[in-house]
Amino acid sequence: MVTKEQILQWLQTFAAEIEQNKDYLTELDAAIGDADHGINMERGFKKVMSQLPSVADKDIGSILKTVSMTLISSVGGASGPLYGTLFLRASTAVTGKQELTDEDVLSFLQSGLDGVLQRGKAQLGDKTMVDALSPAVATFVQTISEGKNTLEAMQQTVVAAEQGMKDTTPMLAKKGRASYLGERSIGHQDPGATSSYLMLKSLLATLESSNNEATG
Amino acid sequence: MKKLINQPEDFVRESLDGMVAAHPDLLKVQFEPNFVYRADAPVQGKVAIISGGGSGHEPMHAGFVGMGMLDAACPGEVFTSPTPDQMLEAAKKVDGGAGILYIVKNYSGDVMNFEMATELARPEGIQVLNILIDDDVAVKDSLYTQGRRGVGTTVLAEKICGAAAEQRYNLQQVADLCRRVNLNGRSMGVALTSCTVPAKGTPTFELGDREIEIGIGIHGEPGRERMTLKSADEIAEMLALSIIEDSPYQRTMREWDEDKEEWVEVELTDPKVEKGDRLLAFVNGMGGTPLSELYIVYRKLAEVCQQQGLQIVRNLIGSYITSLDMQGCSITLLKLDDEMIQLWDAPVKTPSLRWGI
Repeated sequence: MVTKEQILQWLQTFAAEIEQNKDYLTELDAAIGDADHGINMERGFKKVMSQLPSVADKDIGSILKTVSMTLISSVGGASGPLYGTLFLRASTAVTGKQELTDEDVLSFLQSGLDGVLQRGKAQLGDKTMVDALSPAVATFVQTISEGKNTLEAMQQTVVAAEQGMKDTTPMLAKKGRASYLGERSIGHQDPGATSSYLMLKSLLATLESSNNEATG
Repeated sequence: MKKLINQPEDFVRESLDGMVAAHPDLLKVQFEPNFVYRADAPVQGKVAIISGGGSGHEPMHAGFVGMGMLDAACPGEVFTSPTPDQMLEAAKKVDGGAGILYIVKNYSGDVMNFEMATELARPEGIQVLNILIDDDVAVKDSLYTQGRRGVGTTVLAEKICGAAAEQRYNLQQVADLCRRVNLNGRSMGVALTSCTVPAKGTPTFELGDREIEIGIGIHGEPGRERMTLKSADEIAEMLALSIIEDSPYQRTMREWDEDKEEWVEVELTDPKVEKGDRLLAFVNGMGGTPLSELYIVYRKLAEVCQQQGLQIVRNLIGSYITSLDMQGCSITLLKLDDEMIQLWDAPVKTPSLRWGI
């Protein structure tokens, strides 16, 4: 079960992660893209943070839709539409909900990933955020079906996302600005896969911290 | 970094403020979301043409807003594509009831944001089509990339389609013309130095004193190869021949289908440059190269075209699609027909392109 408070906490944690890793993401992007991933994401999530209080009492679907619209209208580049679509599709999957069951979390993650796939038309192995998100979602589906709870499933999901992120290093980029580098894109970790990993890691951190509060 | 800026975060806004202050008869600007539009917009019954992209390529696109060219331009952050709300608000502002054509350069961010803008505009009752420009022959393995980049032909498409809209072509006709201009235009560029993005403050890439990069994009993305500096004639010839000898290029583009009301994939192939073709030759400065050097490049380009049996019937020389302070140039050759020539010659009155009136 994931509560609305946890969703809000997750968004704050993710925004803080982006802020902290702004220069790191920009450096990763400078190596193979156009050196603005950190700057753009930080601009977007700063705006999200300023919008959140006004929707905090709404349902989870509405909150995530606000996140989506804010990202779409403030990030730009490729990350704006990709993260915007991810949150938009995820919000549609959980419309009207005040809390999320395991099934809800599953459909929320799956819908977000489907949105990214459709918008960006990237495939696994193209050296994009899909390389972190896709194995992560597959892992979540698998672990939930094995009867694990959301927290346990998310722990394994983040491990898969991290591995997926690391696996982008030896890949040849086929999408975005990095694709024009050709062979020279090999040997650098993808910035989009990195921010996607941070997003899932933030969700896990939120679940773990509230779990500790509950049990401790 | 030595630049005439105040704060890097104010770069786009202050530049737009100044531009509109300089041309109050031609332009107006709106902020949050940002776009520049024709002072007399909307023009009733005329297809409105909107373009946009990252800032840092001035005068493209805001400098081409005005009679006979663009109705609005959406500037993003430096080298970052604008957002769909900018494009949607611009469309609402300049829609004269005949629909909107978005002219989009083929970069993933631009493509996705303009697609979203199209999806948002349709339910609002605004008829929108978008056409991609992908004319950069430097991108060799386009199967393994985002496809070819949109560069110099964008400026020519904006002028020609702007004239067509002024002559009351309907939306489908302007879109078909834009596609045709794209398929007949090809470009290739060279960098002598890197550019410096204000927010970053250091050069995007390193080039030695005696090095050049052939085939760069307009954001400093790498080209085909790095080589030792050569003479203007050698560089001009290399660029021109890369374009002339480029074989027909086949690609799949996504376009909005009016009847099906959804995105469809369209297979397009551009024709090769052939002996006897009439051309528009465009020598473009990347921002840090003086006009005198561009003329030296044009001198050689004209000679190469003549040797190849190609006839330059129109030309454009100057810095029109730039990469901040980068030194270098690009060459665009556009195969012309009578209709395109007439539209190219038609009057235009914008801050950066103006003739015939």
